[in-house]
Amino acid sequence: MNSVIWQLVQIVLVVATAPLVTGYVRWVKARLQGRRGPAPWQPYRDLYRLLQKEAIVAHSASWIFRTAPYVTFASVWLAAAMVPTFTTNMFLAPAADLIALVALLAVGRFWTALAGMDVGTAFGGLGASREMLIASLAEPAMLMVSFSLSLVSGTTAPAQIVAFVLSGNVGIEVSLGLAMAALVMVAIAENGRIPIDNPATHLELTMVHEAMVLEYSGRHLAMIEVAAMVRLTLFIALIGCLFAPWGMAQPGGGPVGIMVGMGAFVAKSFVLATALAWFETAIAKMRVFRYADFLGGALLLGLLATIFLYVSEAV
Amino acid sequence: MLQQFSYDLAHLIGATVLMAGFGMLYQRRIFAVLNTFAFQAFALAAAAAWQAHVQHAPHLYATAAIALVFKALLVPFALHWLVERLGIHRTVETALSIGWTMIVGVALVALSILLVLPVTAKAAALTRESLALAMSVVLLGMLMMITRRNAVTQVVGFMALENGLILAAVSAKGMPLVVEISIAFSVLVAMTLFGIFFFRIRERFDTLDLHYLETYRGDRS
Amino acid sequence: MTALEQLQAANPLFWILGLPLGAAGFLAVLPSWRLASVLNVFISAATFAASLMLFQQRPAPSRLLFIDDFNIYLVVLTAFVGFTTALFSAAYIARETEAERLSPVHLRFYHSMYQAFLFTMLLALTANNTGVMWVAVEAATLTTVLMVSLYRSREAIEAAWKYFILCSVGIGLALFGTTLVYLAAQPVMGDGADAMAWTLMIGRAAEFQPDLLNLAFVFVLVGYGTKVGLAPLHAWLPDAHAEGPTPISAVLSGLLLNVALYALLRFKMLISANGQTLPAGPQMIMMGLSSLFLAAFMLYRRGDIKRLFAYSSIEHMGIVTFAFGIGGPLANFAGLLHMTMHSLTKSAIFFAVGVITQNTGTKRLAEIRGLTVSHPVLGWGLVVAVLAIAGMPPMGVFMSEFLVVSSTFATQPLLAVPLILGLLLAFAALVTRLQGLAFGTPAATRGYGRAGWLSTTLAYVPLWVHLALVVVAGLWLPRPLVEWFETVARMLG
Repeated sequence: MNSVIWQLVQIVLVVATAPLVTGYVRWVKARLQGRRGPAPWQPYRDLYRLLQKEAIVAHSASWIFRTAPYVTFASVWLAAAMVPTFTTNMFLAPAADLIALVALLAVGRFWTALAGMDVGTAFGGLGASREMLIASLAEPAMLMVSFSLSLVSGTTAPAQIVAFVLSGNVGIEVSLGLAMAALVMVAIAENGRIPIDNPATHLELTMVHEAMVLEYSGRHLAMIEVAAMVRLTLFIALIGCLFAPWGMAQPGGGPVGIMVGMGAFVAKSFVLATALAWFETAIAKMRVFRYADFLGGALLLGLLATIFLYVSEAV
Repeated sequence: MLQQFSYDLAHLIGATVLMAGFGMLYQRRIFAVLNTFAFQAFALAAAAAWQAHVQHAPHLYATAAIALVFKALLVPFALHWLVERLGIHRTVETALSIGWTMIVGVALVALSILLVLPVTAKAAALTRESLALAMSVVLLGMLMMITRRNAVTQVVGFMALENGLILAAVSAKGMPLVVEISIAFSVLVAMTLFGIFFFRIRERFDTLDLHYLETYRGDRS
Repeated sequence: MTALEQLQAANPLFWILGLPLGAAGFLAVLPSWRLASVLNVFISAATFAASLMLFQQRPAPSRLLFIDDFNIYLVVLTAFVGFTTALFSAAYIARETEAERLSPVHLRFYHSMYQAFLFTMLLALTANNTGVMWVAVEAATLTTVLMVSLYRSREAIEAAWKYFILCSVGIGLALFGTTLVYLAAQPVMGDGADAMAWTLMIGRAAEFQPDLLNLAFVFVLVGYGTKVGLAPLHAWLPDAHAEGPTPISAVLSGLLLNVALYALLRFKMLISANGQTLPAGPQMIMMGLSSLFLAAFMLYRRGDIKRLFAYSSIEHMGIVTFAFGIGGPLANFAGLLHMTMHSLTKSAIFFAVGVITQNTGTKRLAEIRGLTVSHPVLGWGLVVAVLAIAGMPPMGVFMSEFLVVSSTFATQPLLAVPLILGLLLAFAALVTRLQGLAFGTPAATRGYGRAGWLSTTLAYVPLWVHLALVVVAGLWLPRPLVEWFETVARMLG
């Protein structure tokens, strides 16, 4: 019964905190760049404003264009609901699975790309093709990470991986480090952060995600924006859950466990978001031609993680 | 438990050295290559220091210090200075695309693991692991020397290869001091030598790209 | 006991190693190059004399250094060729300086490096520690790289660069092999220097882990094999030989290749003593044969006289490696003899080539003709030397090659076919080249001008002494020498 309650809390929590996380990253970036920057809760205001506005749809747009924001949001939200943040005692935990996660994210991306092409503007098509390029490289890397994790823990369900890591059966494992590096690279690509994409620019030559959603306005745009924010929170939660699950409440942990889990989740998100902001400030965006190298690197790291597992098996 | 931990940490540091090896293959700018090399040398120093701690072999701290001071600081600085001073082309010139180089690199890692693990069945786990990693680092260094045309990157490739050798030597339990010091020493000599070379090459050719150096590549009759 | 006291206790070794080392330091600061070249000769002579003392008084092996039946003869050979080359070098250098191709600063450096090079080779031969041996070979690489680039021409720098990069990688791989051997020895011998000492390891090699030795030998073979100049790792050799000063070509060919091969053979001894590893032979036979063939074909297309003989060195190192790969007392005997004969003959050839290039002012084969007419002593010396290296009876090289072929017939008859084919190919190439060089109408010379009598004598004496030794060895080997080769051949297994 508890699991249903915690699941509902989780579902609300991810959507509720996502704008704050994004806003916090923007705020830290602004500070690092020597600006005062908007307050961390600015995204809430932006979303509110967008929801008030009228949604304008191009004449050439079909139903795909109109449904895409909702489909994208729903799939990302569902995916986010599956990743344990403060407890593994959740209703959806048995169904949650890294491969399902990859699939859900792919659905969201697929619809966004379709919508980008649907209107028939040049930028939409350009953004969609680049997004697909990134996706085609990021997904194998993500799957490779899942494989190496499942080789360590014997499962692809995040909740069970958490339980396995917390049980202390695993020491400092090189493969886990490599898998983490790969996952971070994939996360950067999936969220359209620097060096792959710059979420703050609308420069024609470089934008990817923004190019696809250029035609959206009003509540549609709000949906798209929330989806992007939730995706960022999802990846932060995923990295925290798979590679630093400490403090997360286990089934039967009681209210204290939940409180500790919440605190740990906030702390982890705080650290990761700060790191992301710092990283984005320190590095320059790369050219489109280098995406393949970057994500190929992630894939290779995942591959190496798998190779190293065999080493430690043999030793 | 403690032994497990010391093993895990050695494994982790060794893997960091290897990752830095991949990092060097991944870079396209000479300065980035140099920074990555410095990082690798730093990781190597950490590996040597950790082995010194684990094996209770104080002389390995000297190896660590040499790696830190000489390879992580002096050499990158010197090469950095050379590149600036000589106005060398700052992009890495590749003979094989970066993607393919990385794939070959992974294949080499797999190869060295497959080679080393079966033959060291009786050796200590610590040694086996490090040896497999060290051999991978050596092979990656060779790969870098083969696939990067610029003279500076070739030197860095050679130094990376040496890092792998030292990683192997420090993880061989109780290997006498003579070797480590002499390795470091020969690196020193090698470096001065390279220094001379850079200037000599500069005297004769306008660029450090080996492509120019090898106009008569192959067999001169 | 410190290392220094150990050295002093091992008396002849102290002199053999101390003289060149001290001279390397002293000659670096000596301002007069004339004096330096004279001192170079005398110090090399003293080193040679000290090496002869080893026959009288063989020092007990220490942790660092040792002398046994195998390396004693290489030490003496190295010291001897080092001495004769120093003689030739004095003549060569004098003429190069007169022609203003080398400056006094270069020469100071040159003489210092020459002695340093001798030191590193002698150290590599006498080291009783795989690590020290490795360091010595590495240092030998460094000194020779510096000497190869001495002329500072575009080609010389290219050659030195190639040499450095290839041999450094080779030597790096050899170090990896050395580490692996230590790892194989360490569980048996315990931690520390014991597990790197040849004298201690060989006795208990049978207990080493064979798999590890297998892997180690591959690295050692590729690593030191690069230094030996075995195909396909030979690319540095022709360039380094062709572009350096000729005395350096002589010691590179005559000595350094031997030292690298010696290192390889020491590891092979360990492998044979273990008994459970994959045999080292087939790998060596493969590399030996491929070197022989590659070099034999390459000999036909050469236009540069020093490159021609550099390829001939690859060929002969191939033969020697092949012989040791076949193994057994007879083949090993032949291999040892061939190493010695090649060393003497090839350095003699380079002595002749050095004078030829100075007399004619060119290294192009096409521009050198009719040497027997224009310079009879030199020309006929070259004829004898080239016939010797090509393997004409009754010279020593013929004898050793004959022994290699017959021992191959005895054990692996099928392998004898490619071997003989390769030998014939190389023979034909060399003889064809020799005709053009030695006979016909002399070409107009653009040489350095006539050399003084002293310089001429200094250059010709080592040439003819080496040739005399080679001819005598072909006709008659002293009984003690034969017995001694036989002992070593048995050691090699």
